[in-house]
Parts: sequence; C-alpha cells; structure tokens
Amino acid sequence: MSGGVDSSAVAAMLRAEGHNLIGLTMQLWNQRRLAGHEGMPESVQGRCCSLDDVYDARRVAEHLGIPYYVVNHEERFERDVVRPFVAEYLSGRTPIPCSLCNNHLKFDQLLVVAQQIGADCVATGHYARLEYADAVGRWLLRRPADRGKDQTYFLFGLTQEQLSRTLFPLGGMTKPEVRELARKQGLALAEKPDSQEICFVPGGDYKRFIDAYLAESGGALPDTAGELVTANGEVIGEHGGVHNFTVGQRKGLGVATGSPLYVIRLNGAENQVVVGGDELLYSTTLRARRVNLISVDDLREPMRVSVKIRHRHEAAPAIVEKVATDEILVTFDQPQRAITPGQAAVFYDDDIVVGGGWIV
Amino acid sequence: MEPVMRRIYLDNNATTPVLPEVLEAMRPFFGEHFGNASSIHHHGQETRAAVERARDSVAAWLNCRPAEVVFTSGGTEGDNLAVAGLVGAGDHIITSSIEHHAVLHACKHLEETGCELTYVPVDGRGLVDPGDVRRALRPDTKLISIMLANNETGVLQPVDEIGKIAAEADVYFHTDAVQAAGKVPIDVKRIGCDALSISGHKMHAPQGVGALYLRRGTHLQPLFYGGRHERSRRAGTENVPGIVGLGKAAELAMRGFERGDEKKMSALRDRLERGLMAQVDDAGVNGEAGPRVPNTTSIYFDHIEGEAMVISLDLKGLAVSTGAACSSGAIEPSHVLTAMGLRADRARASIRLSLGKQNTAEEIDIALALVPETVARLRELSPVYKKQAVRS
Repeated sequence: MSGGVDSSAVAAMLRAEGHNLIGLTMQLWNQRRLAGHEGMPESVQGRCCSLDDVYDARRVAEHLGIPYYVVNHEERFERDVVRPFVAEYLSGRTPIPCSLCNNHLKFDQLLVVAQQIGADCVATGHYARLEYADAVGRWLLRRPADRGKDQTYFLFGLTQEQLSRTLFPLGGMTKPEVRELARKQGLALAEKPDSQEICFVPGGDYKRFIDAYLAESGGALPDTAGELVTANGEVIGEHGGVHNFTVGQRKGLGVATGSPLYVIRLNGAENQVVVGGDELLYSTTLRARRVNLISVDDLREPMRVSVKIRHRHEAAPAIVEKVATDEILVTFDQPQRAITPGQAAVFYDDDIVVGGGWIV
Repeated sequence: MEPVMRRIYLDNNATTPVLPEVLEAMRPFFGEHFGNASSIHHHGQETRAAVERARDSVAAWLNCRPAEVVFTSGGTEGDNLAVAGLVGAGDHIITSSIEHHAVLHACKHLEETGCELTYVPVDGRGLVDPGDVRRALRPDTKLISIMLANNETGVLQPVDEIGKIAAEADVYFHTDAVQAAGKVPIDVKRIGCDALSISGHKMHAPQGVGALYLRRGTHLQPLFYGGRHERSRRAGTENVPGIVGLGKAAELAMRGFERGDEKKMSALRDRLERGLMAQVDDAGVNGEAGPRVPNTTSIYFDHIEGEAMVISLDLKGLAVSTGAACSSGAIEPSHVLTAMGLRADRARASIRLSLGKQNTAEEIDIALALVPETVARLRELSPVYKKQAVRS
C-alpha cells in the first residue's frame, strides 16, 4: 500500500470481497536523506515513502479495519535499485529503476515478508492481468483493460513462482473506474493525483539526484566528461558528463549546427557522446540480455511478436530469436527510433507478455 | 489466519496501560476540578493544590525536594530541557552511544550549533565504563548525560559512579531515567545527578506527562517562553489531570517497591526468558550479563527477521517490538544492539519483550507457546537456516 489510489482501491475491493487482508507499506527510501544537499528540495512532502504517504496508507487500513504494518527495506532498495540506477547513468545507459524495484523488492522481498507473516498472496495496484494457462501450465501476464495505464512493461522480469503468488485486481478496470470504486468505498484519497516520476528522485531531476547521492555517500562524481563526436568520429565539442545524456536527446548538447542534432549513442568506456541527425537514430535490430520469459519456457525458434523498447512506446512488430544462452536478437519490421541501452525490450504476443530483456 | 482471540501486551517499554487507581485519581480533573492552576480563584486553588500534592508524591518517590520537580510533557521534553538547558555555546558534552534518540538527537543538534560531543561506547554487556567517562572529561566539559536503564536491553548503567565522577569534576550530570522509573527504586541523592528525566506513560500514568528533577540552584535555560509556570523553568498551563496521574503512579511505584513487586516482575521475566531459551536453539539474551531492570528482555533468534517476527506475533495477538518505535512505524536497525557489538544480522533478529504490572503468569505461558512456534515457522522459510540444518 503506497498511500495512492490504486493500492488503496485494491485493499478496499478485496476487503469488500471478504478476503482476509494485511496491509503492508514498504519503506524504501528516506526522502529526507538528501534534503538540503545542493540542488535538492528542502521539503519532500507528498512523495512516495514520505511520512504523508505512510499516513494515507495507514488511514485507508484503519478505514477498512485491516491490520497494517510498515516494513523497512531501505537497505535492499539502495543496494538493488538506487546504486545500479546511479551506476547505469554513469556508464552511459538509461536505467529503469521501477523494473528493478519490482524484481528485487516488490515481488521478492515483499513476497518473502508475505510468506513469513502467513499470507498466501500479495495483491498490488499494478495495471496488468494475470491468468493461469492450463494448456501450457504457465502463468500468463497480460496487458490490462486500461491500455493507458499499462504497467506490464515494468513487470517483464517476474518469474512463474512470483506470478503464482501475485494478484493484480485492477487489471480489468480503467483508472476512472478505480477512482469511482475508491469514492464509493469512502476513501478520502480517491482524488489524490497519480504519481508520475521516479519515486526517489524529487522533481524528476535525476542529474541533481546523482550529484547529491554521490556527495552524500562520500564519493565525488566520477569524471565522465568527454568529447562530443559525430558518427564519423569527428570531435565537434565537449560535454560535462555522459550521465547528462540519453539516446534521442536534442536539448542541452551545447553545440549549434545548421540542422538539429541528437544523441545517437553514448560511448561509456570513452566517455563519448555521439551525435548526429535524426535519421541516425533509427535502427532495425537490438540485442537484449538478462532475459526473462513468461508465456514460454524457452525460445527454441524465432518468434513473431511485437516489442516495446520503452514504457511510452507503441509495441512494434518484430522477430525475436535466441542467439546465445542469455542473449536475444530483436529484428523489427520497421526501423525504430532511439533504441536505448539500459531500457528494457519487452515482447508481446497480442496482449500476452512473452518476456523481455535489458537492451545492451 | 484465524481471528485473534486474546491480546497479550508485552511491549511495556513502549508504553503502559494507565492503572485503574491512576485513572480514578485523574477523573475529577477532567470535569469537576477544571481550574487553571495559576488562577487566583477557588477553581485555580483546587487544581493548584492537586498539582502540588502530585509534586510532593514525585519528590518523595525520587528522594528530592518538591521544588526540584519540574513537570513536563514527557521523557523527550525532559531530556531536551536538561541537555539543551544546561549547556552553552561551544561546551563539551559526554554522552553514550546507547542513549535514547531524545538525548542523542538533542546532542546532535547542539553539535551542529557548536557544542562538542564525546560518545562513550558500551561493552558486550551493554554497559558504559565509568572509566571511559572519566577519560572523556575535558576542561570545557559542561555536561555528562548517561541513561539509567536502556530502553532496548533494560541494562542498568553505573550511574552512581558516574555521578561521583561528575561531582569531582564539577560537571553537570543528567540521567535519562525514563526506562528505570517504576521498575527499580530511584534516589537522586544516591545517583548524585543534577537532572533526571522521567515519563509518565512508561510507569502506568498517562501519555503526555513527565517530570524533570533539577537539583536546587541549578541554572537551566528553558525550552519554552511564556508564563512563569514551574518556577520559570517550563512555561505553559499545567496538564493537571496528567500531573495528578503521575503523582498517583509515583505513589503506587513506591508502594510496589515496599511490597517487593520488582521481585515478582523479575520472576515473571525470568520465567519467560528461561522458557524461551529452553525451547529455542540458536537464541540468546542481549545484555544478559549486565544488571537489568526486572521487566525487560531483548532476545535474538538467529536466522529470523525481527520485523517479520513482530508482525507475525501481532497477527496472533502478542504485542512485542524490535526496539525503539519510530514515528512512521517503520522499523530501523537498533543503534543500541549494534553499539553492544552485536552482528547486524543478530541485531535484526532481535525482539524486545517488556512486562508491565498488569501482566500475569498465564499471559507469559501463552507467550511461551506463541514465540517458539513462530520462530520455528519463520526459520522453516529461511534459506540460511535450512542450509545450516542440513550441514549439522
């Protein structure tokens, strides 16, 4: 229970159905920790893991008359989500902390806690659908009724074991229906705005977060400043650090040319930012590693799917094939713009999540 | 998960239920006797008399003069008032690494504003070495603040010796006696302290009231500015019902010591502790080798998470805790247990059980059934424990 509308509505819904519930909030990050560091806001009210959200979640649990606990997983969150997030940016990749959090915290640590305290399943407010396919003997993850809220992209890493102990009660509902349910159940937070940004990065400014985090942990920002080069290797300028850039970025390059320039690629090893025209951003293939498969147990032969390469990307038709033990080659029918290392490639068969991997 | 049939409360170091006699004593001051104790008229005189009677009771209990008792809102205020009120800019303060946050965070604040701090360590038994306190003394030392009993382990600190050291060095000595109050007799003369803070709700008086003993003639900078209440040491209209409750609780504590109640309490605690040690392997008592208050036991059960233990037990109706409660309800690793040199996993595998006057032998026996079965279930789920079991 994050203290938001979705998880609160899940609690209210399951309670109304007569389930025996225990409310849990994961304390993952101390929002006050970096407050006051240069560039970080002093006040962090109304954010995930803030006392305000814990307060809201607790009020919902009280309202529903269910036991409620806050479980502290700050150490694991820092180790498995925050540090990799910082390290990825510094090596020229663009990470997705939400997927790491799902894999390592919400559907790992939280499932452990659930089992320890005698709960059969964990129900969350994610927008996704789950069903068991008898024919193949596997749990299937499907896109939700509300396509605009689809969170399956962040859930591709879940194992069969994790899925078997998970409930996504909101999968068949739209967001307006969820709000309506919250209102009907008398939840005071029915109108609370959706959270949009990365929960531990105030104001969405990840660059300032990285600076403040490194300063706080006693390390200086590693010098990732370097050259701005064209695809032909011609040096056309300098930049202040690769972590300030992401593939497809146009603003903030610091060079003026006749035609618009974009970041084509980040060359982490040499601290190079490769820039060029829009046409250079398109590519037909990508490779993904650390692959997790959901609807099938293996990719024995090439499979026709559609592939999402970032959360806000229309899944594009492609062929996926296994090219090594843990490497998948994705070949799109049409070139895709700004394929970004560090992001996930998630494979869909219609609305079923086949699996996914991390773009290298 | 069956519904809880009966709730047993073994978290009396967090707070205690108000005793019926205390509630009875307070009741008239919510209605009939409502006056402001500073008012001139009859209504004020009634409540003033009640406040002063309570002050007499607290003074008799602590072995001090009534004028040396300052009523506060509780332990945190008493600790803050003493620590911040007795030092000036740039002074040196000696405290310990196992103090309650009410002292530690107050010290931290003073450190940020120019004071210098020395944190003396504790040994494996959870005890401060008075020699360390002596060695930490500097010409500019103004205050020593060392707790009387630790809230997590119940270990009693050598405050009498520290009091002597402070007196010889002519340094103020404050002791946070919140977790000792009502559990062991407290004598401010014997301790030789200049300030001692207590909290009502840890000794069966209500939440929101406490007292600070302040030795006569000790100059104290107040925290609050306002009227001349409490001899200008604590502005604000007196919490009359709370103060009356605290006075009653002090009387009951004294009477309890005369009857030897603390021996009964330690017998119950020992029954719990020994029972658990007999039934559960790979477990131990934190601070067992030190002198302890009679109601507290802190126990580690290897290969479990204290957090899961506390939630599981609560779902079965047994209230215990992992350590100090925090405002968000989140559970943070214990600074006390780690300061004693406990491994991080053991600190996390520790729970605290603390008894109150209301607990019965029957309740202890129920706890003796619930805790081992919960530990066994949690260990079944622990991959580390399973591996060990296979190996041995």
